Amino acid sequence: MTLQYFLRRVVFLFLVIWTAATINFVLPHMTGRDPIKEMLMQQIASQGRKPAEAQTIMNLYNRLFALDKPLWQQYITYITNVAQFNFGFSMQQYPRTVMEIIIARGRMTMPFLVVAIAIAFVGGVWLGAILGWNKTPRWFSNIIIPPLMVFSSVPQYLVALVLIYFAAFRWRLFPLGDPYDKFLTENWGDPKFLASYAYHAVLPIMCIVLVEASGWALGMRAMMVTVEGEDYTTFAEAKGLKPTRIFFRYLLRNALLPSLTGLAIRLGTIITGSAVAENYFNYNGLGSTLGTAISTFDYFLLYGIVLFMVVGIAFATFIMDMVYPLLDPRISYRAQRG
Amino acid sequence: MRGFLSYVKRNPAFGAGFAILIFLILFSTVGQLFVDTQKGPYALATMPNLPPGPGHIFGTDRQGRDLLAVMVVGTGLTLEVGAIAGAIGLGIGIVMGFVSGYYGGIFDTIITSMIDVWMSIPGFLILVLIASTFRNIRLGVLEMGLIVSIVSWAGPARAIRAQVLSMRERPFVMMAKLGGMGSLEIVMKELVPNLLPFLVMSLSQSIYGGIMASLGLEGLGIGDRRNPTMGMTLFYVNYYSAFLVGLWWWIIEPVAVIVLTLTSLVLISFGLDEIANPRTRRGL
Repeated sequence: MTLQYFLRRVVFLFLVIWTAATINFVLPHMTGRDPIKEMLMQQIASQGRKPAEAQTIMNLYNRLFALDKPLWQQYITYITNVAQFNFGFSMQQYPRTVMEIIIARGRMTMPFLVVAIAIAFVGGVWLGAILGWNKTPRWFSNIIIPPLMVFSSVPQYLVALVLIYFAAFRWRLFPLGDPYDKFLTENWGDPKFLASYAYHAVLPIMCIVLVEASGWALGMRAMMVTVEGEDYTTFAEAKGLKPTRIFFRYLLRNALLPSLTGLAIRLGTIITGSAVAENYFNYNGLGSTLGTAISTFDYFLLYGIVLFMVVGIAFATFIMDMVYPLLDPRISYRAQRG
Repeated sequence: MRGFLSYVKRNPAFGAGFAILIFLILFSTVGQLFVDTQKGPYALATMPNLPPGPGHIFGTDRQGRDLLAVMVVGTGLTLEVGAIAGAIGLGIGIVMGFVSGYYGGIFDTIITSMIDVWMSIPGFLILVLIASTFRNIRLGVLEMGLIVSIVSWAGPARAIRAQVLSMRERPFVMMAKLGGMGSLEIVMKELVPNLLPFLVMSLSQSIYGGIMASLGLEGLGIGDRRNPTMGMTLFYVNYYSAFLVGLWWWIIEPVAVIVLTLTSLVLISFGLDEIANPRTRRGL
């Protein structure tokens, strides 16, 4: 029932996004305050924004979010806006829309995040497979596993702090912050820019890889041990197959599948974790913009980034869900029953 | 007690985690007898930027907090946030998990879809929204624990539901039913005691989740900036660029405390997993 499975995931995807959007809508209303007015008042008082201009901005928001209309109409307007990725204007950087900022900053974050997750997943799975293989010498696992347990249980930004201190500050191997060299302009066709971007991304990538690969290595190791206990493995050994053949064709392939589900589940944690880590790297990507939005009370930017991340993660998970049954024919397409 | 000790011997992961946790709790409780908790962990307590040495064995930070006092008080506060969040999260999780798993039917459908949707939204982002929207509320330890518990119930609920489902059909539950026990009585007298190691494991996992979430929030600067929790210490480390001025002790100490705390919780749940799921015993 491929179609039914597909539809079920689509409905689920929409449910997730809708829930997140509704939370976004409900929360500000629950405070009983008017953040736009408060913010504009403050800007008039301290940043010299002109009252007339403030009134224009206010009207703009009223029109955009139907704030002067009844609540249900506001809700419908909000959901329609969100469906069109229209999150309004940033309150601190007024003429810029939230979406503009998300695209500009997300461009910095996306490439290193994708590379980091890919490296972490592949590396972690390999390491775990080797650790779980019964031909691996025992001392090797005994040395490797304790640090893996520590790394997999701490948040990324903790690793980030230590890496920044040693690799960037003490040994000056890598830059302390920024996604690229300050003297360059952003131009993705320029090899010099790309090189600088890659160089600056090394530490953020390393901290995602250290934390996430450790988690996957431990999970993969446990799966390998389980698969080694299966009858077909015993049979393969009894047939006298070469150990490497058993490793690649029997153990690795079967143990790999649960790790893929693990990837889908971890995705949200990885992305939010690296968003916090970015603040420590002073990276000026989407995550540190989120941090700035929080500390400057730029609500529209904050809500926009959060919703954008939720949608991004939901879509990524959806794609994984679609790919997974293709890889594992044993998976039934029907809903799981208790 | 003898049984416990001999168990720890067989299960070193649990023993190590438990020992570290006890050490941390002692460090923060007994430590409070020796440090000045009134002034020490707050700004302007003593001279700033002092390296570890006599007088201030953990050194001081850029705003003149005595870091030994910060560590002593902060470890306690962070564990407290975790404990509050973990207990509430597990409490909700137990109710949801048992109702959903034991009664099944429409409850099960509603609760499992709630769990599925809730687990697909990155909880941390929701926490960021909630905590920064209600910014006029002072986010002390209790408030932080409450907010963090919003995301810490779904994991335990799902896991407990799965356990209850598998336990519901066991012969001893059938016997209890035949013996005329009511549903609530079966849950309390038959299921809960049998799931106890599993519930303790869930508790340590949700404390872990709660501490992780509160650290993340505080790392972004959300929370009471005066409270010397571990997350806030990290926030200040970043805020005042401790690396740039070379205050290595200011970085290493909270990192060490956090690593110990989180590792101990992971080791405990890893160890308890062996009792809760005997299937995994074989492999290790």
